Amino acid sequence: MFRSLLFIPSNNPSMIQNADIFSADGIIFDLEDSVDISEKDNARNLLMNYLNEGTNYPSLIVLRINPVETEFFLNDLELLKTQKINYVLLPKADIESLKILDRHLSTYEEKYKLDKIKVIVLTETTNSIIEIDQIAKHKRVEGILLGAEDLCNELEINRTNEGNEILFARSKVIYACTANNIIAIDTPNTSIDNEELLKKDCLNAKNLGMKAKSAIHPNQLEIINDIFSPSKDEIDWAIKVIKEKEKNLSKGAFSVDGKMIDKPLLMKADKIINKAKLYHLI
Amino acid sequence: MINGINRFIPDNLKPFKTNNSYLDMKRTLINKKEKQFETVFLNNIESAFDYFNIKSNQCLSFHHHLRNGDNVLQQVSEVVKRRDLRNMHFAPSSIFPSYTNLADLILNGNVTDIHTNYLNGKVAEVIGQGYLKGKLIMNTHGGRARAIESGDLKIDVAFLACPTVDKFGNGTGAFGPSACGTLGYAISDLEYAKKVILVTDNLVDKLDEYQFDGAYVDAVIVVDSIGNSEGIVSGTTKLTKDPIGLKIAKDCANVINQLGLIKNNFSMQTGAGKISLAVVKYIQDIMNQKNITGSFASGGITKSYVDMLNKGLFKELYDVQCFDLDAVKSYHLNKNHKAMSASKYGNPFEKNPICNRLSFVILGATEIDLDFNVNVTTDSWGNIIGGSGGHADVAHGADVTVIISPLFKSRIPIIKDKVITVTTPGNDIDILVTERGIAVNPERKDILKTLENSGLPIYTIKELYNLAHSITGIPAKIKHSDEIIGYVEYRDGTYIDCIYKVI
Repeated sequence: MFRSLLFIPSNNPSMIQNADIFSADGIIFDLEDSVDISEKDNARNLLMNYLNEGTNYPSLIVLRINPVETEFFLNDLELLKTQKINYVLLPKADIESLKILDRHLSTYEEKYKLDKIKVIVLTETTNSIIEIDQIAKHKRVEGILLGAEDLCNELEINRTNEGNEILFARSKVIYACTANNIIAIDTPNTSIDNEELLKKDCLNAKNLGMKAKSAIHPNQLEIINDIFSPSKDEIDWAIKVIKEKEKNLSKGAFSVDGKMIDKPLLMKADKIINKAKLYHLI
Repeated sequence: MINGINRFIPDNLKPFKTNNSYLDMKRTLINKKEKQFETVFLNNIESAFDYFNIKSNQCLSFHHHLRNGDNVLQQVSEVVKRRDLRNMHFAPSSIFPSYTNLADLILNGNVTDIHTNYLNGKVAEVIGQGYLKGKLIMNTHGGRARAIESGDLKIDVAFLACPTVDKFGNGTGAFGPSACGTLGYAISDLEYAKKVILVTDNLVDKLDEYQFDGAYVDAVIVVDSIGNSEGIVSGTTKLTKDPIGLKIAKDCANVINQLGLIKNNFSMQTGAGKISLAVVKYIQDIMNQKNITGSFASGGITKSYVDMLNKGLFKELYDVQCFDLDAVKSYHLNKNHKAMSASKYGNPFEKNPICNRLSFVILGATEIDLDFNVNVTTDSWGNIIGGSGGHADVAHGADVTVIISPLFKSRIPIIKDKVITVTTPGNDIDILVTERGIAVNPERKDILKTLENSGLPIYTIKELYNLAHSITGIPAKIKHSDEIIGYVEYRDGTYIDCIYKVI
């Protein structure tokens, strides 16, 4: 479970060095779009050294590899040998590329005696949105991250502050993830100096059903973490529900503040409490 | 000999003992000057040299309120060079990169001795290379006022830039084409220099309010320009956007808040560094959330504090120098934005100076050592890049002194076994906040206890030192020559450290 994933270009030593101190729940070390083609080797080497020789790491590490059809793909996977990577982020994903990645991961797992490698899929093409139900059902996939910039480029439409142009894609990601009990991760907001815009964007995504959001700058993390955490009111309500349940163990339904609490609301309260504990809010 | 913090000091100098030794000393006051004649008005700086018979071996003083935009020290230096005066002693309150003529005077042997509080740019370079033939003494803002009033620093002629002067010799910095706001660093020069000359580019008939009293002023020189007031805006007065800096600022504000220091009538001061300014923003947020009104903020004043005064978050500002043009304007228009002299600000012998009334102060450091001694005078290679300014004054006076700094800058850890130069003694430093953790001076058991269950990442300074080394490796020790090129004078007039020539 996480609220925020911060992209860090893997050819930026000072950002890598400080990756563990940002308030992101997880760091995405990027080998793909933020790294120029002439820097791919250097970025991979730098990240390999960091993962092998470093002393302090983020609590959750995601590796964005290059797409499966590129010459960099297999070399990128070599970083799995460090055993520090929690998720592989597959860019430009569709069901075919996911299957290719899956085969290679199985080989790596066997060859290097690794635990099962988990995958987050980056849906940033119209095809990936069409295939999203299949993608979400795949055994390796634990999350889907919407990549709105590439998607809008393909659609030849402009991004707007309101985000109506990506409402369909967001909804597809959210429904596919929720139905398969994996995490829906929202596209990053590229406006790094406009806090109000970021807040609105986060609230919109959260209210639609996104469970986390990616960030492209550390200064976005505080707002993202704040909005994707349970609010104080939600936590207070959940605590009250759990306390009432303990008093009414034999009852299927009971009331809190004059409102009926049954199984779905009890589950909601449990989730809120779990998140609040995880994020050190209680 | 070895002084109270184990630093070598030549035998002929008075060694630093402790940060509280001044309590056992008596305040020494020479007589304030008494003007013998009416104020004269002169046409140019050259004529002042003739009128007052300024000659070799004399001490000339200046203030730095126009900071990097100052043109008075430059113009006076030109005259000294033209007349080839020798063995001059210059005592500017600070020296900025634009003071290039002074560097030439040092190289030519015209200026052989310097007293200052802060030193940067070409002058720092030539002194660092050993070209100053006499003595460099770097004291604090409060210490400079003490040195002048006690006669330790004897000033023959003070050339004081003054943005507006009236026909009675009264002066103000509040307005005029080169307005710089308060003139707090120059008050001791005004009151104790043997001769006082105001240099202005704006002469008016009569001032109703003024900071320089004409009773002390011997002459007024009207020039085309005393400088460019836009130069007073330092590059270090802008709030950081660097995420590491913001994290340090946020953690710092959090520590201050958890210590219960943000409460009604509290007072604060910060440096003008980018991270300090971010701390101010976070503290402002906390004040708004808790509906707190502070008593005062002090120091070099920036727009951030002006905004807080205007919003009613502070009742008063005590300003020794304006750091930007918003502060200049505020000082001119807002009666609650008050000037203070350097003596009132930080002179240890002043009765209840402003620095002693501070609830907390947030300061920077180029280095800090395992004994919490702080260096803001030299960089990690020993090059002169700054100086105390008010650092040692407010660090001593404030109830809680916090140092904020990244744990390492590029690849250089800031925590050392021993700092290269001690500017402020470790006894006056309470907390170090870095992006990777917070260290509390073990002497402050009260703070350690309060933060015990705060959830903040509290370490010993040795643990932070080891953490830094685990990331950067252990840097090679920097060697310097044995040649002393300057001295760091503590605020009480004792010597806390020497500055050595870089190899």
